[in-house]
Amino acid sequence: MNETSVPFWRDERVLQWIAQIVFLVAVIFFLWYLYHNMITALAQRGLLPSFHFLSLTAGFDIGEHLISYSRNSTYGRAFIVGILNTLEVSALGIVFATILGVIIGVMRLSTNWLINKIASIYIEIIRNVPLLVLLVFWYTGVFLQFPRLKEAKILAGPTIISNRGVAMPWGKPTATWHAYLYVLLLGLILAAIVWWRLTLIGKRTGRMPLVTVWSTLTFLGVALVGWFAITLFMHQAPLALDTPEIKGLRTVGGLELTPEFMALFSGLVFYTAAFIAEVVRAGIQSVSKGQIEAARALGLNGFQTLRLVVFPQALRVIVPPMTSQYLNLTKNSSLAVFIGFPDLYSVAGTIHNQTGRAVEVTTLMMAVYLSFSLLTSVFMNWYNKKIRLVER
Amino acid sequence: MMNREPEQYSSGEVLAPPTERYTVLGWLKKNLFSTWYYTLLTLVTLYILYIVLKPTLIWVFTQAQWQVVVVNLRLFMVGQYPTDQIFRIWVALHLLAFTAGLAWAIWLPRARRIGAFLLFIPLALAALPFISGFSRINWIIFAVAALIGWGLGTWKPKAMRRPLLVLLLAYFPILILLILGIEPILKIVKTNLWGGLLLTMLLAVVGITVSFPLGILLALGRRSELPIVKLFSILYIEIIRGVPLVTVLFMAQLMLPLFLPPQIKIDNVLRAMAGIILFSAAYMAENVRGGLQAIPKGQSEAAWALGLSGFQTTFFIILPQALRNVIPVLVNQFISLFKDTSLVAIVGLLDLLGIASTVLAQPEFIGKQREVYLFIALIYWVFSYAMSYASRRLEVALGVGER
Amino acid sequence: MSKRVFYFLGVLLVLGVLLAACGGGQASSGGPEAVKTVIVTVEAPSSGGSNTAAGYGTTLKTVKDRGYLICGVNAQLPGFGYVDDQGNYKGFDVDYCHAVAAAIFGDPSKVEFRPLTAKERFTALQTGEIDVLIRNTTWTLTRDTDLGTNFAATTFYDGQGILVRKDSGITKLEDLNGAKICVATGTTTELNLADQMAARGIDYTPVVFETADQVFGAYEEGRCDAVTTDKSGLVSRRVTLKNPDDHIILDATLSKEPLGPVVRQGDDQWYDIINWVVFATFTGEEMGINSKNVDDVKAKTDDPNVKKLLGLEGEMGQKLGLGDDWAYNVIKYVGNYAEIYERNLGPGTPFNLPRGLNSSWKDGGLLYAPPIR
Repeated sequence: MNETSVPFWRDERVLQWIAQIVFLVAVIFFLWYLYHNMITALAQRGLLPSFHFLSLTAGFDIGEHLISYSRNSTYGRAFIVGILNTLEVSALGIVFATILGVIIGVMRLSTNWLINKIASIYIEIIRNVPLLVLLVFWYTGVFLQFPRLKEAKILAGPTIISNRGVAMPWGKPTATWHAYLYVLLLGLILAAIVWWRLTLIGKRTGRMPLVTVWSTLTFLGVALVGWFAITLFMHQAPLALDTPEIKGLRTVGGLELTPEFMALFSGLVFYTAAFIAEVVRAGIQSVSKGQIEAARALGLNGFQTLRLVVFPQALRVIVPPMTSQYLNLTKNSSLAVFIGFPDLYSVAGTIHNQTGRAVEVTTLMMAVYLSFSLLTSVFMNWYNKKIRLVER
Repeated sequence: MMNREPEQYSSGEVLAPPTERYTVLGWLKKNLFSTWYYTLLTLVTLYILYIVLKPTLIWVFTQAQWQVVVVNLRLFMVGQYPTDQIFRIWVALHLLAFTAGLAWAIWLPRARRIGAFLLFIPLALAALPFISGFSRINWIIFAVAALIGWGLGTWKPKAMRRPLLVLLLAYFPILILLILGIEPILKIVKTNLWGGLLLTMLLAVVGITVSFPLGILLALGRRSELPIVKLFSILYIEIIRGVPLVTVLFMAQLMLPLFLPPQIKIDNVLRAMAGIILFSAAYMAENVRGGLQAIPKGQSEAAWALGLSGFQTTFFIILPQALRNVIPVLVNQFISLFKDTSLVAIVGLLDLLGIASTVLAQPEFIGKQREVYLFIALIYWVFSYAMSYASRRLEVALGVGER
Repeated sequence: MSKRVFYFLGVLLVLGVLLAACGGGQASSGGPEAVKTVIVTVEAPSSGGSNTAAGYGTTLKTVKDRGYLICGVNAQLPGFGYVDDQGNYKGFDVDYCHAVAAAIFGDPSKVEFRPLTAKERFTALQTGEIDVLIRNTTWTLTRDTDLGTNFAATTFYDGQGILVRKDSGITKLEDLNGAKICVATGTTTELNLADQMAARGIDYTPVVFETADQVFGAYEEGRCDAVTTDKSGLVSRRVTLKNPDDHIILDATLSKEPLGPVVRQGDDQWYDIINWVVFATFTGEEMGINSKNVDDVKAKTDDPNVKKLLGLEGEMGQKLGLGDDWAYNVIKYVGNYAEIYERNLGPGTPFNLPRGLNSSWKDGGLLYAPPIR
């Protein structure tokens, strides 16, 4: 019909589609081939994929669990225990690694020669040693070298330090704890209201008050007043001080941190902090000197310059690489298995070995890690967009 | 300056501009004690350093028993590689030294002093007190091989370029053949005997070399205009980057044998290599994509205008430029892969870290964790620091970002 | 200079693409296929034939074609499977690998050992990486059914025990209330421990590690109050502790642990071979035939049962697909049960483990071989 058109075998669009279909067929064929091999092999052993095993009794114990767990629980619950342990150590790790990382990053920019050198030596050492070696060193070289429980070192508190871990005094919920939770909720609501009002005022007047500070103060105030009110009227404080003591083979009471947890936690924090420090340094250095000089010329004081000029701009550079550091930390927590901390990977390994269900366990485990990664990325992307808007 | 009489300084004439040099006291004042809080900070830091460093140094030099490292040095370096075959590893190293010497002479003819310094390292290693006579001789041969390479390169720089390229390309296959062996010339050394630093290095080298082409394909796929190819590449890259390396290794260990037809058997080490390659390819793809994105659009438009096909544009215009930009990033990826290979210890391989835990099981060395782990940490540190230093130099030498 | 670098990279790229393309034409977007090529070329020696395929006789054929047996063992259990300072595998389980090789090839040295962790062992067997697993593996119903494996005759009757420090004052299980107990993952021990402690209402915390080395390392460092595994394992491991006399094994036995060789389901001939090799060592002890007198006995005997065992009558070996001198070779090159036991665990060794249940039925033990006829 249309004599100017090229023949279809030379039409680029047609060719592209053909190439794609060929590619798709090849990929599908290849995946099918793998799947076929797998199913054949599994069928021979009577292990066709099924997640039924998750509802069976696990039969093994797990050393550390945030939710109640015993050998009578199901494999599914064991899996959740693993997930929660991973989340716990990652969340704490992220918070502390950020704090330490920022401190070291700022130290790295210090004009004090000694401070500066210490920070850069720290960064150069940590970044060039594998995390796993660091973890093993922390575990066997530091935490297991603490004195035995019988010769435990007892600090003020009392805090009991031994190679069984560190036990320290901790609040233990009493009968009034439940009531106190409502007080805390009230505090949160009030703080949110303060936040909202102050932001409005700030937008109207153009002079942004210290929103975060005021709302935090509101919350703390309500919490404090509520604490005393409950103690006074209900004759019992919401939390009782629970002190640890050595009882037979273990410490009883208080908060107990196992050597495995501490080794994993400190390894992750010290390792990631070195990377975060570099991110922070790059972020702060990215704010040009002219900005700071201009801010000072406008009459802002040092603190205002930091809060209103340097930080918002540095943050924009910091957030994306920081996201990947947080993701790395979460993924790196899987190295826990090497030092005996029951994280997701370790528990999944045990489940695999008691059930023989390699395919199902691997799939579940990867899916969980993948969703951690995706959730963190989504949240950080949202945050990144937000600060970009503020900065404009 | 030297000729002037000292009194001229005080005679009120024009002074030389102040230099950046200070007296010791002046330097201290500027850098450590400039204000009162800096002084405080410095003093506190010095005190903390004293508290931390003193016992550490005392331990390292007087209390630590380094015997465990000296006795097991061979295990740490090559694992259970048969003693009578170790010469093969040396041959590979000598060849590497020769190639490096040649490359040095051709590509960095002016950096003689650093070259001489590098040459000093094997000689220093040869002088170590506790190594065997065989290793001593080999370190000397190593230095000589490097020197011969350098000499050849300096003598005929033009003529040697082609042989150098051939050597560089052939090195990887030669290395594998040497370590693995080919019947009947060289006895096959099964991969389950590879261990220690040798295994660590091989895993990293194989991982980076094999994942390189895969990474390029994935990166091109991700930038492709074909939606299916693009989707597939994105899925692969993001899934692998979203999970920890141990899970990929776990999968390679447990599921790879299931995926393959029953005739094909692969052992532990190869499965770990497969896992590392699959993992590394996703990161490689992102690095290469970074390089691709840095190429201005004008380049491809110009290529199209000249009548080049899409294939030609990609392979002759875009990729060569992109890859050049990517070289330093590749070195960094190699370093992190080098460190990451320690994870294979979790799946039971005897790499440097795996060997360390085996050594610690020897009854006579129980409880020597600090010595052993400090030693292997030092090995990891020396290698990755040296490589990252070299990569920074390479970045400058290649002039990345300057063109 | 930089021109050279492009050139180099370009050629490297082409090389890589070629490498990927070798994977059978499907290598377009980076999958395991390229990896496979590398592996296949590298692993040619051991990809002899299909030995995961179910059926009669394929494993034996594969092993014979390959020329040696691949035996999965423990490399970290002194007395049962370990590497001596010369780099050779030694131990009770290792001797059974030699026995199987002797029965098939008439040469006990035709074995390749694969050291396996507790976790890897069943996967290695399922995927055909090894021919037989002889690695202190407990026979349980779940393992026999769910894992696609078959357990051959038990070579060692064991029970789970607990090792504690003498100065801890622990003498019975109940004293372990509140204790931390080190245990290896992927073992029946881990499950038995949970069961027994739950049954007795003892509150404890497990500390789980991947390998026996890590478990005992952590115990020695004082991470745990107690460590648990099979009693034989405790005995052999205790010897390697810094001060063996500071540690005691509690009397309590937590479980029955029959340990024996394991093969894949679906190859009955191979299963029979492994079973009868074990029985041959039992029978040898019952008849008083050992590696030293076997030639003598073979030359002089008139006993039809001995003749059947040593291949002089009845063509017993052919029924198994082996040579008729299969049992002769086992006893000649490796020895009867008593010899294997004495060599690895007996009074001459640091372990000095009493035979106990592992005596012949004639001496009141559990070792009882069906007749070879």
